[in-house]
Amino acid sequence: MKRLFPILSIVAAVLLAYALYRALVVAPADAQQGEVYRIIYYHVPSAWTAFLLFFINFVASIQYLVNGKPAAKSAAKWIVIAIGIMGVVAAFLPAVQRQLAAIGMLPSAMATTVLAIPAFYFLIGKWFPGQKLDVLAVTTAEVGVVFCTIVLVTGPIWARPVWGIWWAPGDIRLTSTLVLWLIYVSYLVLRRFSNSAQTQMLAAALAVFGALDVPLVYFSIWFFRTQHPQPIIGGSSGGSIDPRMLDTLVISWMAFLLFAFLVCWSRFRLELLQREVEEGYAMESLAGSAETKSSLNERAVNRTPVERRAV
Amino acid sequence: MNSVKFLFAAYIATWVIHGFYLGTLARRYKRLRQEMKELGQNQLGLGKEQ
Repeated sequence: MKRLFPILSIVAAVLLAYALYRALVVAPADAQQGEVYRIIYYHVPSAWTAFLLFFINFVASIQYLVNGKPAAKSAAKWIVIAIGIMGVVAAFLPAVQRQLAAIGMLPSAMATTVLAIPAFYFLIGKWFPGQKLDVLAVTTAEVGVVFCTIVLVTGPIWARPVWGIWWAPGDIRLTSTLVLWLIYVSYLVLRRFSNSAQTQMLAAALAVFGALDVPLVYFSIWFFRTQHPQPIIGGSSGGSIDPRMLDTLVISWMAFLLFAFLVCWSRFRLELLQREVEEGYAMESLAGSAETKSSLNERAVNRTPVERRAV
Repeated sequence: MNSVKFLFAAYIATWVIHGFYLGTLARRYKRLRQEMKELGQNQLGLGKEQ
């Protein structure tokens, strides 16, 4: 494991450099936007990575909430299995297939996406038992906020030359993304400044509600009138994308995913260390109070009768 | 339209944000290592006293 981190770091650095080369040199310029469209190779992968991290945070938070409550845990397990089965069956229903065709999505793509939900749920529960679920939740929330910040910064930089404005007030995609960011920032603030024993539970509940904003952000451009462009990949715009652009986008996302994984790994270890230190302080104060108690007892035993009367 | 400056601004902003976050992680890690070391010394001291 110790060797794996530096090896993966080198792979990530090479992949990020290659993605940058492809983004600036290999991918052709856009017919309408010219060179500035290349922001897509940082903006979109950052958004997808943030969504994935918030989804992991959502699953870890649910697992944490139901942990230690056998009835709730069993109910959650069967709900997740039911979601997987119903999603796969629904994907191949003619009515749903027509809807999917309208937005340019294959039924198999929907089935795979829906199956990922139970897969993630059970794998996370298996790999991160007990308190590690909470550590995973805080890790993915924090790194997700970093990627979401990048989306919110690069978006206006892209919008200014293309739309002529930095921000479209009231636009549902932009507003819901900002709300998503604010929810997870509140989550981190809650965890940072609350000392209550219930903080982890409250944070997990907040994360569950926060994650509900992710589908709203993602599907908002399909169902609402918005300034934000329609998706070219899997969208209803009927547009197509140059294969070199698509390859560059996928490579860029892979590079950012690997980078995010390594950052999460570091943050996870940091959180474990932080808890170890807190435990150390608690043990020290316990030892300190035990020592004070024993020295007080010792003094009480050694008191002279006169001193005892005075006390 | 000089859009290239916006492109580079977006790329630079991305890496500045990542760099800043990695910097905070490194600082937190350093501080925790220091605290661990101090805790270890204190516990060693307590052990000796007892």
